[in-house]
Amino acid sequence: MSSNAVILEMRAITKEFPGVKALEDVSLTVHADEIHAICGENGAGKSTLMKVLSGVYPYGTYTGDIVYQGGEVRFKDIRSSERAGIVIIHQELALIPELSITENIFLGNEPGRGGVINWQEAKSRATELLARVGLTDDPDTPIKNIGVGKQQLVEIAKALNKEVKLLILDEPTAALNEAESSHLLDLILGLKSKGISSIMISHKLNEIERVADQITIIRDGRTIETLDVKADGVDEDRIIRGMVGRTLESRFPEHTPKIGDKFFEVKNWVVQHPQVPDRLVVKNSSFFVRRGEIVGFAGLMGAGRTELAMSIFGRSYGNFISGEIYKDGKEIQVRNVSEAIDEGMAYVSEDRKVLGLNLLDDIKQSIVSAKLKKIAKLNVVNDEEEYAVAEQYRKSLRIKTPDVDRGVSTLSGGNQQKVVLAKWMFTDPDLLILDEPTRGIDVGAKYEIYGIIQALAAQGKGVIVISSELPELLGISDRIYTIFEGQITNELPASEADPETLLKSMTSAQKRPVTKGTAR
Amino acid sequence: MTTQIPEKKKSGGIRDLGKMFGGGQSTGRQFGILGALVVIIILFEILTGGKTLEPVNLINLVNQNAYVLILAIGMVMVIIAGHIDLSVGSVAAVVGIVVAKSMTEWHVPWPLAIVLGLVIGAIIGAWQGWWVAYVGVPAFIVTLAGMLIFRGLNQAIGNANTIPVPDGFTYIGGGFLPDWGPDFGYNNSTLLLGLIIAIVIAIAEWRRRRVQTKMGSEKAPLWVSIFKVVVLDAVVIYAAFLFAGGRIGTSFPVSGIILGILVIVYSFVTRSTIFGRHIYAVGGNWHAAELSGVKIKRINFFVMMNMSVLAALAGMVSVARSISSGPQDGLGWELDAIAAVFIGGAAVSGGIGTVAGSIIGGLVIAVLNNGLQLLSVTSDRVQIIKGLVLLVAVGIDVYSKRRGGASLIGRFGRKDKSADAAGADQPPVLPSADEPEATSRSLSS
Repeated sequence: MSSNAVILEMRAITKEFPGVKALEDVSLTVHADEIHAICGENGAGKSTLMKVLSGVYPYGTYTGDIVYQGGEVRFKDIRSSERAGIVIIHQELALIPELSITENIFLGNEPGRGGVINWQEAKSRATELLARVGLTDDPDTPIKNIGVGKQQLVEIAKALNKEVKLLILDEPTAALNEAESSHLLDLILGLKSKGISSIMISHKLNEIERVADQITIIRDGRTIETLDVKADGVDEDRIIRGMVGRTLESRFPEHTPKIGDKFFEVKNWVVQHPQVPDRLVVKNSSFFVRRGEIVGFAGLMGAGRTELAMSIFGRSYGNFISGEIYKDGKEIQVRNVSEAIDEGMAYVSEDRKVLGLNLLDDIKQSIVSAKLKKIAKLNVVNDEEEYAVAEQYRKSLRIKTPDVDRGVSTLSGGNQQKVVLAKWMFTDPDLLILDEPTRGIDVGAKYEIYGIIQALAAQGKGVIVISSELPELLGISDRIYTIFEGQITNELPASEADPETLLKSMTSAQKRPVTKGTAR
Repeated sequence: MTTQIPEKKKSGGIRDLGKMFGGGQSTGRQFGILGALVVIIILFEILTGGKTLEPVNLINLVNQNAYVLILAIGMVMVIIAGHIDLSVGSVAAVVGIVVAKSMTEWHVPWPLAIVLGLVIGAIIGAWQGWWVAYVGVPAFIVTLAGMLIFRGLNQAIGNANTIPVPDGFTYIGGGFLPDWGPDFGYNNSTLLLGLIIAIVIAIAEWRRRRVQTKMGSEKAPLWVSIFKVVVLDAVVIYAAFLFAGGRIGTSFPVSGIILGILVIVYSFVTRSTIFGRHIYAVGGNWHAAELSGVKIKRINFFVMMNMSVLAALAGMVSVARSISSGPQDGLGWELDAIAAVFIGGAAVSGGIGTVAGSIIGGLVIAVLNNGLQLLSVTSDRVQIIKGLVLLVAVGIDVYSKRRGGASLIGRFGRKDKSADAAGADQPPVLPSADEPEATSRSLSS
């Protein structure tokens, strides 16, 4: 156990929503100068607990006590918790894209007198705060012009401005690449040494292992255990065991690939940025996929992976410049998404909520939405068939819902992802492009998604998996391409790949010799 | 997963009654607003001492409001797709004046003039749809411009004069079903119409049950279905006798029949066709729709075009009723239509709404208008009351959504829905564990 003083103690917190107990008798103890990780599957109650702590759910809507810095506190809203030095940074950043860094940092907290803002002071303080989080950008830069990684740092700068003593980070690295994540984690460690404790919610267990001092595991709205990272010899498997309540023998299902002939090929693909005319986002890329093969695409965020995938999928990104697509040896034209679907292509987007689903739809409508033709006669949709199709996918993919008439918004992230997969499986694709298929999904659901991907490959379909998580790519793929700055820099069978080689090709344009046996 | 508190399932009784109108979210809304309509009708029936449900008044009600309801059908589709159309009144006016002029000055026969009117509507719609869909100018701006342009055109074409229309043409706006056969003191056409509708309702319910059995989905008990059919048929037959029992020579108005056909056709189109599904998809999340192969531009184009065609029809119905077309035609119509759609449960942000709901919303306004007039309330106050009703109806909707309820007055619908599931899972917009954005969205919407 940590020897430091206790800064926060949450005792016997119980929070109910109509019909659901989200938290039951949960306790959490955080010491000064400590990074405390909270782990649990999606829906375990982690975010709810943090919302109780930060006053999003005010005192009175839950039962139990919060003792902070030695006294009991009763927050009535976020402002009151912030005054006490507890600042929460949500997964979806609360920054305003059109405003500058300075304006965002001081939003709601503007320095000045009588409602008149002292911009001079604001700017000099902003520069100071930015330096503390390791940013050198001009504080006048609009937020929309800096990347997600830097935006996350601006959020922390904003928290520092509020004289934070306890920082709560909800999935801080979910949208960041490895370099950005690493910088962020270093920053959190740096803050710790300056007396700022953090509570961190994350699905990325390697990160937790790296920075956390204590880990509290929550399952089904209850505290399962609190682990001391240094004393207890905690590793990822140990955390997973606590989260799922059993040992996952393997993170990836057993799979023997049955790889057939090359059937899909892209040659010399060039795509321009949609707004900036002379910027090429995809440069002269060529790759191919065999039947029954799972092909991984590794690259840092912004390397052009998603852009490559979307531009192939019916030119849904950027301005098409040149390139050919061959299917079964014949060149095909895919000028828009519906042609791509007709050619047997499917694209599961990385952004489920913005690009993948209409959250107003119910489950059955979502599942059939990409190929209504299939259940329609003379353009009239057959409700019976729609229901039957949805039921069939509910059973085969084990979508957790009592019935398919429910809204997709009622599902958890993992189950929404299954609905998206079902939607694209329903289009009978030959080639599935899965962009970050397990982002924001807990360990158990990930395992199921991997199983589905392998089953699709076993049916003879080609699958492309784009992922930022190298262990995932290495675990699931048969062959891996790396992308750097819009170019394919390497190609190698997964059996010959390791994180180090991949990272090298992901961060430099130098073309490496193509491995024998995989070249065309 | 979160811990569940087992919910007791009440079988039978009131909850099953809720299934009368299905269990879906949108049907729940309609159920709520339908209840509000019934309450308003009963209220005015009492306050006016029985004048509201007199045949003469009912016939007037339909005649006076058919055009707004026709507009509401098109408007709800526009709003579901995430747009708005401010030009409908002006479009109706310009079509009205051209059609009137074509008949009186160029002596075009009236059936041909109607076709001409629809074609002009389509051309105007294509113009506006092109700007919205292919150029990408927001519909608010395009139709605001259209509102000015077509109002001006109306005055330019008609020299700001009123042009009368020939008798034949007035049939679509002021005509009634013909009378024939033996005289029972009622209009036989209207009675026959009522009978047909009553039979269709019964058959539709029977078919619905059969489909549900086949699909194996849960259905309401038989007595609920029978009760539903009996209630609906009783209302239809009662209404038929009311409409058939008016002054000699009057009966169910032709404009009401045009409206009825449009409601049936467009309900079907929005609910059951690929085009209809795509409108909801575009309004709900156009990014996702685009990546699902929906041709967004085409959908936006046709939705806008369809609106102008319906505006043209509404304009002609109105001209036919008032026997002439003038520069004041269609003033403020867009606002009535938009109000009807929102009272009927559509979402300002798009993706939600139904034709039936909008018609009921329109009827709420119509009955309100009519009842207040019968009570000799002055028009200034009528406007104030209408404004408040719109505000309160949408306010309840927004409030109940924020509270995590499903929607609207249609809380009814939500309740029986959770009973359906035997209390097996989470409430709909529960700010559940790992999805903070769900809460922030519902807070900001």
